[in-house]
Amino acid sequence: MSTEPSNNDSHSINVFEELCLSRARPVMTAELRSFDGENLAVVEKELTELTPYIDGINITDNPAAHAHASNTAMAIAVKTLGGNPIMQIVCRDKNRLAIQADLVGAGMFGVENFCALTGDDVTAGDEKEARRVFDLDGPQLVSVMTGISQGSYLSGRKLKSEPHMFIGAVENPTAPPLDYRVDRALKKVDAGAKFIQLQICYQPEKLEHFIRGCVLNGVAERAALLPTVVFTKSARPLGFMDTSVPGISVPKAVIDRVANSEDQAEESYQLVKEQVIYALGLPGVAGIHFSDFRHDGSLQRMLQELGLGPKGHDRQPKEDKNAYSH
Amino acid sequence: MPKLLPLLEHVVKKPIWDCRMCGQCVLHSTGMTCPMTCPKTLRNGPCGGVRPDGNCEVVPEMPCVWVKAHDRSQHMPLIPKKWRDEFNHLRPPVNNALQGESSWINLINGKDQQTPAGWVPGEERHEH
Repeated sequence: MSTEPSNNDSHSINVFEELCLSRARPVMTAELRSFDGENLAVVEKELTELTPYIDGINITDNPAAHAHASNTAMAIAVKTLGGNPIMQIVCRDKNRLAIQADLVGAGMFGVENFCALTGDDVTAGDEKEARRVFDLDGPQLVSVMTGISQGSYLSGRKLKSEPHMFIGAVENPTAPPLDYRVDRALKKVDAGAKFIQLQICYQPEKLEHFIRGCVLNGVAERAALLPTVVFTKSARPLGFMDTSVPGISVPKAVIDRVANSEDQAEESYQLVKEQVIYALGLPGVAGIHFSDFRHDGSLQRMLQELGLGPKGHDRQPKEDKNAYSH
Repeated sequence: MPKLLPLLEHVVKKPIWDCRMCGQCVLHSTGMTCPMTCPKTLRNGPCGGVRPDGNCEVVPEMPCVWVKAHDRSQHMPLIPKKWRDEFNHLRPPVNNALQGESSWINLINGKDQQTPAGWVPGEERHEH
């Protein structure tokens, strides 16, 4: 296993980073749900249920343009509670000053993993009259993160030390222009992204097309590609995502398959399981990112059924573990 | 003259490209499609919210500015190869201090090429 050099003496092993770089086994990440003023004991309980199964936990940043407890506060909370946060930062809500302040501040609390997103527009949320910022865009944010990891603000002013950071981004394999998406991923990798979490994709042929392109242009080797799957309990959320979530389309056949089944919860689960097995079988895929609308233990059940969890027990290395390692 | 040029530039570029006078024009590298007309003012390609029909996440009846830019940068006649290749370059954050200035003047005096001292350029690529 390789380790990035760090100027931080207290730096402990970042399992998520180690696995993204070594590809010793599939990387598993999941999204922590949003919080709206609940007690931190609730956060700790939910975190404790996930931690044995995953290598990093995504802390969202006002997802779908709805305000929630902040990404910075929650990333620090998760770090303090013993989790390994992947702090998402969107470009929609803050200008370059505020974003850099969040990055450096979170870093001082030991948050190391950062994921840059453009972010849904304010019109996707419940405060459509808000001012959209987008002072930086996604690839620029990756580059700003790289600058801070090298000890400098965008202005050139030096930090007192170089924070240890593991930087990533997102990409959507299903959004037009399809052939350009691999170039955009490459642009982010060139700017310093070492992992790329992919938008939820219900069209396997598009995911495969994207992954193949990333193998050809070197992205899959230089960054850990993590396709996203989402646990739902029924067909209804699938229809909602199709109509209401920017950048996600769910084919009617997929919605019908779940809607017409006798047990929608089980059929939804099986659908996700098929997606996970399919994605992990694609050369160039480094792991899976889970989003969860169910919160009923489906993630734990699935990783157990696939022999991928909990950690330290029966996780097996990928057969082609050296195919894309550094 | 310094006051007249921005006006002249605006008169020429507004009707053709819906120019927003960012003062640091990159039209040549974006298929002659102005990225400042993207509702998110993105300078480095389309966001992940582009609709399946290629239209904008924010304005559903409008074709995505970047889908158009990508198409034009690859297929528009008379665009030099160098400009086509620049489509994939990492463009730095907008210098908001140049808003309203003439990009023609800023091109000549080099102000549109200046980046913050801490800006880390992406690894430049020349394939395609």
